[in-house]
Amino acid sequence: MKISKILAWVALAIGVIYFIVPLIGTFEFSMRMRRGAYSFDAYDSVFSDMQFRSTFGFSMLMALFTIIFGMLLIVPTAYWVRLRLPQMRPVVEFITLMPLVIPAIVIVFGYLRLYNSSSYIPFTGSIQGTNILLVLSYITLSLPYMYRSVDTAMRTIDVRTLTEAAEILGAKWPTILFRCIFPNVMSGVLSGAFITFAIVMGEFTMAALLNRPAFGPYLQLIGANRAYEPAALAIIAFAITWLSMGLLQLVSRFSKMTPSRP
Amino acid sequence: MSFLVLDHLKKSFGQTQVVKDFNMSIEKGEFISFLGPSGCGKTTVLRMIAGFESPSDGTITINGKNQNGLKTNQRNIGMVFQAYALFPNMTVFDNVAFGLKVAGMQKSEIETRVKEMLKLIHLEHLADRYPYQMSGGQQQRVALARALAPKPQVLLLDEPLSALDAKIRVSLREEIRQIQRQLGITTVFVTHDQEEALSISDRIVVMNAGRADQIGTPSDIYNRPATRFVASFVGTLNMIEATVADPAANTVHIGENLVTLRESIGALKAGDKLSIALRPEAGSLSESAKGDTSLTGTVASSHFLGSVVRTRIDVGGTLISFDMFNSPDKALPQPGETVTLRFAASDLLLVKE
Repeated sequence: MKISKILAWVALAIGVIYFIVPLIGTFEFSMRMRRGAYSFDAYDSVFSDMQFRSTFGFSMLMALFTIIFGMLLIVPTAYWVRLRLPQMRPVVEFITLMPLVIPAIVIVFGYLRLYNSSSYIPFTGSIQGTNILLVLSYITLSLPYMYRSVDTAMRTIDVRTLTEAAEILGAKWPTILFRCIFPNVMSGVLSGAFITFAIVMGEFTMAALLNRPAFGPYLQLIGANRAYEPAALAIIAFAITWLSMGLLQLVSRFSKMTPSRP
Repeated sequence: MSFLVLDHLKKSFGQTQVVKDFNMSIEKGEFISFLGPSGCGKTTVLRMIAGFESPSDGTITINGKNQNGLKTNQRNIGMVFQAYALFPNMTVFDNVAFGLKVAGMQKSEIETRVKEMLKLIHLEHLADRYPYQMSGGQQQRVALARALAPKPQVLLLDEPLSALDAKIRVSLREEIRQIQRQLGITTVFVTHDQEEALSISDRIVVMNAGRADQIGTPSDIYNRPATRFVASFVGTLNMIEATVADPAANTVHIGENLVTLRESIGALKAGDKLSIALRPEAGSLSESAKGDTSLTGTVASSHFLGSVVRTRIDVGGTLISFDMFNSPDKALPQPGETVTLRFAASDLLLVKE
């Protein structure tokens, strides 16, 4: 075997050990709640906790709204940029990358200054308003992933010609967007949706500073006060992320939206 | 009044004028081809008819109605694109039915019309297939059916055969022409392939730098090119530089040969230079060949091309290509051999710059 091949395997092994060992350690620790024997007691404790159910449910709902409204914002934007404003593409890409550069805490403090209860748009003045602000902030956080996945999906279809083909057959904008474009970028939409779901489920800063009962702050709370449950929750959080990634793979593999191209 | 009228059409993108004063009248049921090299403005004219681009000046009239203010989706025009542009998420049936659904037709009517269209393109058995499950030729036929389904007043074909392989291209262009005749639909076909244009059009518009250099029947365009550009773009052509000998007698010198032209050159002076075109297939090297005009020169090269033998003859420094059918009994002209090319004076075409 060549030395370069051996080095590649060594690098891979180090990487796997680096990721897997702490995970195995966490999982093993989460099973040791019952003294002297392995058990799923920590998981039982987590699942039977009402606060787990409510925070998990709340974050799921927020994730759902984030995905729906995020996609309603991003798909038409990406479509319009590709079709009519290709020169704006670098600007839009830059804007969508901002949440990766600006820390979440800075964004949320900005929101609190702009949308506090004594401002012109007092989002934080009510629970519903704060929830809306939380969804909007999650949309901001997921912009880099959502925009890229949708834009990549659009790159695989000839957006301009499909639009023109629909237009000349008499279709108007809503029909073109929802019947001709949206279904053909569905793989990108779903990929973006799963990544968004994983992000929202684990997000702490926004939810904590907006004082909403989300899953992220709950994880932190349990982590600070219990011993075995945080390990179980970490494994659950990983499972959610993996599940999202698995679904993402499934969607891209079984997608039949192969473009018709010469 | 003609069915489709393009009146003083102009189009500029920024400082660049891509269509310059384009005029054309197309009769109902006519098959017109826009022929020209890339960037000559042919697709821009087509896109203006479709409504994808708005003219900078001029009007487009279809069936007496000015189209300038109408959006694409209000024009009732069918179009087939080079890239097929079938909706990947829809089956063949749904693709063909799309325009009918948008028009709000009844479900039963849609079904009947789609079946009718699929029968027309001989693809009834592929109604449930998705575009990615079909070949390029099949996809383009579906695109044609989709464009025809809503009974458009004009059919636009934007280089629909360019992406297909040679064999399919020939069969599909014949199919398109046959369907067009059957339906009697006014059709505008954009192509840069002269063979395609010559073989299926009622009339051809040869475009050059945003203008129509010549509009005429395929025979007119090929046999009587109006400009040097048309002559060189359509078919292979010898461009021969000649010197006027006697304008009154219409005689010119080509090398040392004195040739009498059919067309009048009375406006020129003796010694003036002019361009004359000669098709490679005109004339014969046989001594018994008919023809009132001849050019004598030496064979520069001779190439066997299968069904044709192409010989290049040096006539006073001008190389003239000459094609003759291959005959197993005849020997190829040998380089250096002195030959006489005989042809009719009418084969020599005076071309404008």
